[in-house]
Amino acid sequence: MATTTLPVEVEKKIHEQEALITGAEAIAIACKLANVDVVTAYPIRPYDTVMQYISQLVADGEMDCEYIVAEGEHSQFEIVKHASICGARVFCGSSGVGWMYAMEALTVSPALRVPMVCMVGNRALDDPGAFGVEHNDALAVRDLGWLLTWVDNAQEALDTALIAYRVAEDRRMLVPLAISCDGAFLTHSQALVRIPAAEQVKQFLPRYDRGDLLLHPDNVISVAPQANEDWVMEIRRQNYAVTERACSVIREVYADFGRTFGRKYGNPFFEEYLTEDAEVVLLGMGTLSTRVRVAVRKLREQGKKVGFVRLRWFRPFAGPEIAKCLERFKAVGVIDRDFSFGSPNLSGVVATEVRSAMYTGASTRPPVLGFICGLGGREVTVHDVEKMTDIVFEAAKGVTQPLTQWIGLRG
Amino acid sequence: MCHATHDLKAGKENIMSTTFVDEKPTQNLEAFKGVKKVPHEEYYTSGHRTCQACESAQIMKLMAKAAGPRTIVLGATGCMYVANTSYYSTPWGVPWMHTQLGSAGSGALGVAAALRVQMRKGAMKDEPINVIAFCGDGGGADMGLNAISATLTHPDYNLLILMYDNESYANTDIQISGTSPYGANTSFSTPGKVKRIMHHRWKKNVAPLMIAGHPTCKYVGTISTSYPLQAMNNIRKALSIGGPTFIHCLNPCPKGWDFDPVLSFELGELAVNTGIWPLYEVENGNLHLYGKTKDIANGRFKRLPVRDYLLKQGRFAHFVEDDIEYFQSKIDEMWTKWLVPGVIPLQKEVEADDPPAR
Ligand SMILES: Cc1ncc(C[n+]2csc(CCOP(=O)(O)OP(=O)(O)O)c2C)c(N)n1
Ligand code: SF4
Ligand SMILES: [Mg+2]
Repeated sequence: MATTTLPVEVEKKIHEQEALITGAEAIAIACKLANVDVVTAYPIRPYDTVMQYISQLVADGEMDCEYIVAEGEHSQFEIVKHASICGARVFCGSSGVGWMYAMEALTVSPALRVPMVCMVGNRALDDPGAFGVEHNDALAVRDLGWLLTWVDNAQEALDTALIAYRVAEDRRMLVPLAISCDGAFLTHSQALVRIPAAEQVKQFLPRYDRGDLLLHPDNVISVAPQANEDWVMEIRRQNYAVTERACSVIREVYADFGRTFGRKYGNPFFEEYLTEDAEVVLLGMGTLSTRVRVAVRKLREQGKKVGFVRLRWFRPFAGPEIAKCLERFKAVGVIDRDFSFGSPNLSGVVATEVRSAMYTGASTRPPVLGFICGLGGREVTVHDVEKMTDIVFEAAKGVTQPLTQWIGLRG
Repeated sequence: MCHATHDLKAGKENIMSTTFVDEKPTQNLEAFKGVKKVPHEEYYTSGHRTCQACESAQIMKLMAKAAGPRTIVLGATGCMYVANTSYYSTPWGVPWMHTQLGSAGSGALGVAAALRVQMRKGAMKDEPINVIAFCGDGGGADMGLNAISATLTHPDYNLLILMYDNESYANTDIQISGTSPYGANTSFSTPGKVKRIMHHRWKKNVAPLMIAGHPTCKYVGTISTSYPLQAMNNIRKALSIGGPTFIHCLNPCPKGWDFDPVLSFELGELAVNTGIWPLYEVENGNLHLYGKTKDIANGRFKRLPVRDYLLKQGRFAHFVEDDIEYFQSKIDEMWTKWLVPGVIPLQKEVEADDPPAR
């Protein structure tokens, strides 16, 4: 959990403000503070409230940017992609099938080394049409070189957006980054958020500098010529090298964030809740953490030693650290708000990744159970969490459990 | 332009902003006054590997020369990317970037927006920089049409979209596109035992689509590489007039059209002289026909028969007399029935379209 207390002297110095805002508004404010140059919008719920806020900031003269409403998501992402290569700091975003409509632009951006920062308001993919949260939209780019993070409250959304620009635009990185916010639960829910002062953000976030990769008449380069079998492998290897560096850059930026703003996130990659003495843990991403925490407290009153791990960064996936964390427990239950039909053990995406990380990185390998839960915006209830915990405890006792179970399903 | 709104509640005129469109100056490129005045500097040079006598490559060279060094070029996927810009042997002497097949419109918009905002914020030297995105007919008239259309509605970004038209998806081995001529034999429309004509759609009339659909766009025109000086000067005009502009260029393609490379230039001329490819520009809403097209319209030049053009190309080798006649009748219609001859396909009275049996 983010600590929201600042040393008094720091607070005095920086004139931080506090406001009751939604997750989407928090990201819009972060864009203003980051002095973003080009923003592109296209309507799709639930991400698009961020664009309503930005449009208002522009109309009110609070934010100076090119604000372009595109004719579809493909153009929306292509516009910022090109703007970024010409040196502009950019922002855009989407949800569900909108994100998929932009897929070509999303695919080419990592190799083009475009540090676009996007918000995904996670939404179920059509069909059937549904507005509620599911993580398959953002996860669709997981193999392509994007950085992917899931946040769980409005404060974290604002802070992560600032961190995102520092990480993505770092010369060692230069890759696109998506901040996932659960549709409705975060995009549209208000919370008290501390808004840092502009001068402070300026100090934390230098101007984006593309250096010798800038497309400009003073720097005559040809970007992305046809390479074929001669060079493609070497070019792919460069993106691989980015992922090798990603964890250390992220760690560095979080440390600097803590120093600048006084809000410290501890381990950037995942957050542990009551795990110290836990026998079993649940692991998941995004806003389901609120319910899980409530359930964990309740279960502990009943003497069940359960904890929770909330994964913050999915790409990079901090495999060794996650394995080291999870090897301490007798059993692990992974809650996936997504599906990966036909995957090994038919589990969700996160469970499959966790198992893979454990296979190589853990000295003992407790059972890792996969739960598919909360699809299409269905609530993950306290009762669901209790049920999952009971199953994980059974596994901890050595009673074999199915590796994938759907929780909260009718019938 | 003064933008005043009437504030009803306050009951007074309330000036909210002074302009609708925030115009940025362009480089104001004057026309080259004759071939001898054209500069020697090339910004599209050796290094490409397009076919011999490729007219699409020719327009790249003319376009870069016309625009000069303070230019950014985006190139959509197609022959002019794949055959043109290989890793380690780029022919581009101006900054160039590959853009996706359907992204000429959105790419140009992104570049223009980035330049504009950074110049405004003092992050980049304030100067007019030409932004050109080129695409082929597949990229522009088919896949990227919506993005180009959207971009042409943005009056405050200075940019040019140049669509080179070799009348097929050439790079992927010559398939029909929305601009392939009626009846053409391509690898997706080869004549067979039962069907002689597999491609029975008429070529999209792209420039007028842009003209009619985007009333604030200040310049739309057609050009041909067989008239290089005029082509360069029209490109300079499109880059100078301000706002987003569009040019459609016809480019004979020896491989796709199946002709001897020695005929490239001549086929470009024949396309104009038969009335198949009209040359015109629409500048601030005013239509000027130019070159031989103007003479055709004025009755000073009699259109050559389309047969002269069609039979020089292998892609029409399967045509029988009926096909040639049909083709001719459709071109005659352009010049005799259309409200704006050669340009706008609205007719006073609708006549039955009667193609020959396939
Ligand atoms: C999204 C997408 N679909 C298909 C292709 C395959 N493709 C590559 S080049 C090309 C031909 C493009 O034709 P055109 O725009 O007319 O340019 P030309 O090759 O004729 O110069 C196609 C279809 C692609 N690159 N991207
Ligand atoms: S196929 Fe046609 S357009 Fe492509 S390089 Fe050859 S001549 Fe030029
Ligand atoms: Mg083509």
